Amino acid sequence: MTGGDVAMRSQGAQQPVPKFEDPAFTQLDKPISQARVAIVTSAALHRPDQDRFVRGDTGFRELDRNDRDLVLGHWSPNFDHSGFQLDLNVVYPIDRLEELAAQGAIGDVAPRHFAFAGNQPETVSEIRLDSGPKCAKQLLSDAVDVVILTPV
Amino acid sequence: MSVLAHVFEAEGLSTIVLASMKEVAERMKPPRTLYCEFPLGRPLGRPDDVELQLDVLNRALALLDSDEPVFETYPLVVESEETPLSCSIPPRFDAALPPSVDEAQGLRAAYDRSVEARGFTSVGRAIDADTIADALDVLHKWAEGAPWKEAPLPGKNTIAVCHDIRAYYTEAALELATGPPPGGRAVESWFYNETEAGKTMMAARAQLKEQDAPFPFWFYMAPAHR
Repeated sequence: MTGGDVAMRSQGAQQPVPKFEDPAFTQLDKPISQARVAIVTSAALHRPDQDRFVRGDTGFRELDRNDRDLVLGHWSPNFDHSGFQLDLNVVYPIDRLEELAAQGAIGDVAPRHFAFAGNQPETVSEIRLDSGPKCAKQLLSDAVDVVILTPV
Repeated sequence: MSVLAHVFEAEGLSTIVLASMKEVAERMKPPRTLYCEFPLGRPLGRPDDVELQLDVLNRALALLDSDEPVFETYPLVVESEETPLSCSIPPRFDAALPPSVDEAQGLRAAYDRSVEARGFTSVGRAIDADTIADALDVLHKWAEGAPWKEAPLPGKNTIAVCHDIRAYYTEAALELATGPPPGGRAVESWFYNETEAGKTMMAARAQLKEQDAPFPFWFYMAPAHR
């Protein structure tokens, strides 16, 4: 029944991965209830009025906290796209984040969130050296403390 | 995802990865990982399941309490296709047309209702809804053995055109579906196993391979496991 996911997961297990020597670890310096949280997804989400993700796109798109009409622009046919169409929170849990903020479980929701196109081994170094750090600076300029990373 | 986690941590952000590929995350070692064995493409588990989605996020956020790298596995597994898609296919209308072309035209009203309800569509990477039937007509010719170089595909890019056809069918199907939300890949299974468009696409793909078309040209027309 789950043949596609099993096949993709076992293929993923074989793929070479980039190495990070001496990886950084940033400890959150405040209670979670005071932290500002952003979502960064690799699902290649974008608003219909933004540039589509082209194949091999190493850039990112900026999503406003209030955006809900989003297109899943990822080029891979190898994962389910229908869940996102039914409920964007299954990929991009923005409404859940708003609820957690309203409950006081997190400090607040970042004004901007970001989307990359993931699963592109050939472009990892550009994301690592160029667009990833650029995106981090945007998040820091919004005083974001915590980033939840969601794949597809 | 794990690459971005390392990059962001180095810039001074605290990150949590909702990982969908266990071995990749184990080898990449992002600082905080919640591995969730959910259908690929549904990292929060199930659409419209607010309770599950909140629990995933709360467990993810709890990893911030650790003062060293941490890898946890979410206790619930969600299987793909746990709920099938219940969607009937329009009956044959114009017997003179290739079955997939007739079928796509029969789904147009449902597709239009979906666009009206949602205000936007994922169709349009290479072709718009008005061109879906024309593209299927060419795929039908390829499937019948026509040399692909002599029967040009509207939208040209086979991967993008196949994406648009699938998106058109998915949007129409979810508009027509009855019952609970379909599980991961349930719409995919319906498309490839039950629709004429899915069968035509697979037959065209096999013919391209047969005709020695470039590998990326045909391979990514469908999920790798098919």
